[in-house]
Amino acid sequence: MTELTNTALNRTEQLGFIDLSARKRIESLLDSGSMRELLTPFDRLTSPWLEKQGIVPQFDDGVVIARGKLDDKPVVAAAIEGGFQGGSLGEVGGAKIAGILELAIEENRKGNPTAAVLMLETGGVRLQEANLGLAAIAEIQSAIVELRQYQPVIAVVTGPVGCFGGMSITAGLCSYLIITREGRLGLNGPQVIEQEAGVEEYDSRDRGLIWGLTGGIQRFATGLVDAFVDDDVSALATSVRDCLAAGVPTLHRSDDIASPLKRLQQFDTREQIDAQRARFTLTQGKTA
Amino acid sequence: MTAQSKPISKRGGHWFDGLTAGMVTQQAAVPSLRIADGEVAGHACRVLLVQPDPDSHFPRASRGEVGLLEGYGLAAAIDDAIKTDADNPQKRALIAIVDVPSQAYGRREEALGLHQALAAAVSAYARARLAGHPVISLLVGKAMSGAFLAHGYQANRIFALADSGVQVHAMGKAAAARVTLRTEEELDKLAADIPPMAYDLESYASLGLLEPLVEVESAESPSTNDLGKVRSVLVDALNDIQPGDTGLERRLNGVNRGASRLVREQLRTQWEA
Repeated sequence: MTELTNTALNRTEQLGFIDLSARKRIESLLDSGSMRELLTPFDRLTSPWLEKQGIVPQFDDGVVIARGKLDDKPVVAAAIEGGFQGGSLGEVGGAKIAGILELAIEENRKGNPTAAVLMLETGGVRLQEANLGLAAIAEIQSAIVELRQYQPVIAVVTGPVGCFGGMSITAGLCSYLIITREGRLGLNGPQVIEQEAGVEEYDSRDRGLIWGLTGGIQRFATGLVDAFVDDDVSALATSVRDCLAAGVPTLHRSDDIASPLKRLQQFDTREQIDAQRARFTLTQGKTA
Repeated sequence: MTAQSKPISKRGGHWFDGLTAGMVTQQAAVPSLRIADGEVAGHACRVLLVQPDPDSHFPRASRGEVGLLEGYGLAAAIDDAIKTDADNPQKRALIAIVDVPSQAYGRREEALGLHQALAAAVSAYARARLAGHPVISLLVGKAMSGAFLAHGYQANRIFALADSGVQVHAMGKAAAARVTLRTEEELDKLAADIPPMAYDLESYASLGLLEPLVEVESAESPSTNDLGKVRSVLVDALNDIQPGDTGLERRLNGVNRGASRLVREQLRTQWEA
């Protein structure tokens, strides 16, 4: 699949999202011609920490941010480039996302409704900038909780990296979460779980196990995401607009506390879990 | 050394006992959570601790880790404070005593959406702060990664004891070495030049995220002097946090956070252009 050469409105056939760069992802979802990237690679805001470790930095630090419109409504958008350092968040990339969300909050306070769309392809904290990545994630999370009081914050996870680490918690804070079959969502990466808990607990080479528990199909079936969509620009663009049109949810997923807590208290842990039991546990008693 | 052979920290429990003496214990939703309501120099507050529960039916969350029950349990206790104080102009402070070795690493945890449980706690702390509850974290032991995001990192003020047993990091050293394809010795060497990678508290303090370190006689088990000192630090913070002080901006002032400030300055200029 070649990169998107025209706007998303030229949708004659299925066009995969997964192969698009972060920049093209934003461009493909926003209203045609509305994307205005901020802090572009020409601004050369690079990581102050990577070069000291012999790693070539990138002029956008692997994060693209923009203002634009969705169905003619103002939005901010951010996309993490999964191909740069595993989509990891460092100081600069993290500050770009937190910063644009903070500006969107200010717009809302001034009476200018501004929503947000986040494309999260990330392994979480960039370990080469460890504590500053973690701090930035805490700031992004704070900004999302504040912004979503005014307007929806919509997250999109399509792969190839998936959304892990502290940024999976970030995804859990969003108003709406859209996933594809190729998207994965979970707190701890398979390798780290295996390292910490042993191979019997989690075999990082067992792709069936991992996709079965954390892949898009399962996350949708367990109610941990709101929409399951084909890896297709047109389908994703529609889904994002549907979420925006739905407005701020009455109860954000992250603030639904009592019922998941009760299910987990009652959950029998004597046997190891599988995908089927996870679905049953997380959805029992729910109306569809 | 595997995680299972590391000793279970008792620090959090000791500090909780000391600081909440005379307060009213609240029924927590789960045994790994302790909650007490009381006053610190006239300020109403709720103190929260995640502690080890050796009998937890989630085996990967029995040693003080923040797991599924802990995430939702914290969220429930904080949400309760927000709702109880909704019509009260004086919002009780939330004081998080932090001694969390990590989030829970396990199959059940991933399958059942640990990220969402931790999001519930993050959201509750952030909503409380935005609603005007002063939120203060006191780091008395480890404050690691997702566990710290869920319990402590959304605070108006973060305090830490000046003690080598207090650590903030994104990942334990052994796992970080494996993921970055380095040895632990190499990580230590790098950390000497790169403060955000370091495991020591002084480097962390240079990032601007902490209030001045609190010197104590015994970080493991506080003396009467230590408790008095920490109480006075809490009182000063509670007096200092203003009603409109609901954001995290003050964290951006650290010596080693120049890039975080520069990004925001340039972004604002371009935004307004």
